[in-house]
Amino acid sequence: MSLILRVFVAAMLLVSIAACTGNNMPVGVTPISKETYGLHMMIFWVCCAIGAAVFAVMFYSMFMHRKSKGAKPADFHESTLVEIIWTAVPLVILIAVAIPAAKTLIAMEDTSDAEVTIKVTGYQWKWQYEYLDSGISFFSTLDAEHNVARQVGSGVDVSKFDNYLKEVDNPLVLPVGKKIRFLHTSADVIHSWWVPDFAVKKDAIPGFINENWAFIEEEGTYRGKCTELCGRDHGFMPVVVEAVSAEKYDAWVAENSPAKITIADSGAAAGAAVTATADADDDREWQMDELMATGEKVYNQACASCHQVDGKGLAGAFPAIAGSAIATGDHDAHINIVYAGKPGSAMAAFAAQLSNTEIASVLTYQRNAFGNNVGDTIQPSAIKALR
Amino acid sequence: MSTAAAGHHEHDHDDHGPAKGWTRWLFTTNHKDIGTLYLWFSLVMFFIGGGMALIIRAELFQPGLQLVDPLFFNSMTTMHALVMIFGVVMPAFVGLANWMIPMMIGGPDMALPRLNNWSFWIMPFAFTLLLSTLFMEGGGPAGGWTLYAPLSLQGPDSFAFVIFAIHFMGISSVMGSINIVATIFNMRAPGMTLMQMPLFVWTWLITAYLLIAVIPVLAGAVTMLLTDRFFGTSFFNAAGGGDPVMYQHIFWFFGHPEVYILILPAFGIISSIIPTFARKPLFGYASMVYATGSIAFLSFIVWAHHMFTVGMPLAGEMFFMFATMMISVPTGVKVFNWIATMWRGSMTFETPMLFAIGFLVMFTIGGLSGLMLAITPADIQYHDTYFVVAHFHYVLVPGAIYSIMAATYYWLPKWTGNMYDEKWGKIHFWVSTVFLNVLFFPMHFVGLAGMPRRIPDYSMQFADWNAVATIGAFGFGFSQLIFVWVVLKCVKGGEKATDEVWEGAEGLEWTVPSPAPYHTFEKPPAQFS
Ligand code: HEC
Ligand SMILES: [Cu+2]
Repeated sequence: MSLILRVFVAAMLLVSIAACTGNNMPVGVTPISKETYGLHMMIFWVCCAIGAAVFAVMFYSMFMHRKSKGAKPADFHESTLVEIIWTAVPLVILIAVAIPAAKTLIAMEDTSDAEVTIKVTGYQWKWQYEYLDSGISFFSTLDAEHNVARQVGSGVDVSKFDNYLKEVDNPLVLPVGKKIRFLHTSADVIHSWWVPDFAVKKDAIPGFINENWAFIEEEGTYRGKCTELCGRDHGFMPVVVEAVSAEKYDAWVAENSPAKITIADSGAAAGAAVTATADADDDREWQMDELMATGEKVYNQACASCHQVDGKGLAGAFPAIAGSAIATGDHDAHINIVYAGKPGSAMAAFAAQLSNTEIASVLTYQRNAFGNNVGDTIQPSAIKALR
Repeated sequence: MSTAAAGHHEHDHDDHGPAKGWTRWLFTTNHKDIGTLYLWFSLVMFFIGGGMALIIRAELFQPGLQLVDPLFFNSMTTMHALVMIFGVVMPAFVGLANWMIPMMIGGPDMALPRLNNWSFWIMPFAFTLLLSTLFMEGGGPAGGWTLYAPLSLQGPDSFAFVIFAIHFMGISSVMGSINIVATIFNMRAPGMTLMQMPLFVWTWLITAYLLIAVIPVLAGAVTMLLTDRFFGTSFFNAAGGGDPVMYQHIFWFFGHPEVYILILPAFGIISSIIPTFARKPLFGYASMVYATGSIAFLSFIVWAHHMFTVGMPLAGEMFFMFATMMISVPTGVKVFNWIATMWRGSMTFETPMLFAIGFLVMFTIGGLSGLMLAITPADIQYHDTYFVVAHFHYVLVPGAIYSIMAATYYWLPKWTGNMYDEKWGKIHFWVSTVFLNVLFFPMHFVGLAGMPRRIPDYSMQFADWNAVATIGAFGFGFSQLIFVWVVLKCVKGGEKATDEVWEGAEGLEWTVPSPAPYHTFEKPPAQFS
């Protein structure tokens, strides 16, 4: 018996140690995340207590009531009283747990009186953040270096990264001390935007808008993930939030609004790159090599996860660009499938995700890379004309 | 055999043994043969599904992508689940039902023997169809076993095969269930009342009703996927006026009862084994029956607890939270009953009992993490992380799978007439149990610390526990070879089993010779009338 007790205590200790060393739910930095953590620990200990009681009785019985010890079977069964007790006691425990859980749930769902509203849109496989109050809008994608390292057989030792797969080009910048409301939606399949430190997790569903909120109490960088399976690169669309003081936040907003940062501006500090200048460039005649250079960058950032870096695609799932009739055919069809996408397939409309130059470059790149030697260019002005 | 023998197979009536040659298996209408077919089928699929799990764990051994493309990884997680659920656990339970229900109720065979043959033979075709998609252009389904729209609709054309495979499995399950219901209501020994049936029969009766109720719902859901994908409908496409979340509601209206389909027969098995080895009757037979009924009822009103993050109204979230918590009451009643049965018994610990106790301990752990998951605000943090993966593997592997292994060891001497090798049975139990916990326990930690499920690559902070889990996975996987070896050895020969096999065993199946003759209870047992 004492052996069992010791094993049990040792097991509980191990679990507690594991729980205290970064293997537990984070307490987080919002009132809701703290309450959630409290609920989690409460139900955890309730379960431990129930488990301990149940297993203690069971193991006691297994040691004492064994045939090898000469135990003779008793013949009792059916006792209404005992059965009422073991139905009623759990019921009481459940009610005791349900009350605080319901309170937290009600608070979680109360998105009223928010001071800042951010629209979060999931794309395969990146996030778009739109600051509805100031008009700032940008995409946030897995950091380019991580993206290289995570390819199959890249040969890169990923342990050299401090935050492997948890680093993005443009983090979401948010103020502390304000109630922030998030609106969630998706442009393609269902995603789920999760920041554990905020206890915010909500599905991004195409055609629908979900909401929830956070009140961040401490400055810092908070990292999360997409948690709803969303296709091939589901594991590679991190969330990074930079929580700054209200003053810094206001300064950041003033500096950047109204900005439109597209996905290919990777490496740029949040909000630094503004495509307004590029827009002026749309009307001039671009050279092949300029377009190809930008195009390669855009392609690897925005298209390669499906069509592959070598343009060969994945048979049956994502068509090859190398030798593609569309990518080597007339301009209109090629422009159209990228600009407007193909409804009902994984091929999204890139009109809102990329600038005119970026679309023109990536199209030119597709026409002239991977052995597609069409030899012509598509100019940004042609894309501008569509808008 | 009266139904089957009504035609020109008059000779079936006598004490004839099985037909000779391989056609015996193809044309058999004998419940024992069909039970055997189901069980072997399930064992083969167990290794196929297990192989997929090992591919998943091998890729997750280290951070970084070493072995497989993420898309293939996704199709492995998808297929692993489909194979384990529909190809392993369900057929194994149907196989056990085939073997044991007629013998437990003193009936000569299943009520609908030809339907029975067909129910089984659909399965190999269904799974050939399903598995063949892995070799088609674009690969197998990669949108998760739940086939959530719109992601599943992005898949390659092989998706149509997946849907047809699911339809076939569903037809097989529904026919099997109808057969079980018909058998239980019509073939019981004269005088045996429902409340005299062994619990395995009771739990299967309720499971069969669950299956009949929800498999058509799944069929409807996947048919809508089919028409959305190939015929231009928009059931789940918001742009066409549909709703992707509706798919999830329909799916989980099937999916949650399905969870209980995978565990109720296990409850029945454990309720047979524990009294035998405690040499003491089950503590509360009636309350076990009522608890099973309540669980089955509740299983229909908790489905949306799989969907706490989809953006339901507050009232909905509250309802599903409370209803889900309620399930732990009848489940607790079951666990307490088993322990009360052990209490002051005279226990011995042969392999079936070890697996039953393993079930009891680890299913309880899985049940308790289930209670944690019921707490909606906490679930919002747990949802779609490895914590959930840990939870459902605790209820399915040491739950459903252990119950099937316990049942195999328990009834194997009755099936083959030989005792299995007790020493190796025990080794199988201990090795499996150690590795299983090495495999699944760390998943609780990485899940709480923030590792999402269904990802092929992860951040450094999860590296240590994932390496541990992978070691556990390979250990657990390979230790199942011991099981195969013990079973094969027992089929071939061994110490002869007595009719009763186990000292404390009660029930009609122990009154027939070991091995059970090809036809049993052609004359019904008399003790109930
Ligand atoms: C999420 C995966 C995905 C991404 C990212 C993606 N595509 Fe596609 N693309 C597809 C799919 C799927 C098709 C096939 C659509 C169909 O015909 O059903 C396709 C088709 C195409 C075609 C037509 C090929 C042919 O021969 O049919 C072109 C051109 C193309 N994409 C360009 C791009 C460009 C440029 C980008 C990046 C800006 C891009 N795609 C990003 C999935 C993707
Ligand atoms: Cu996603």
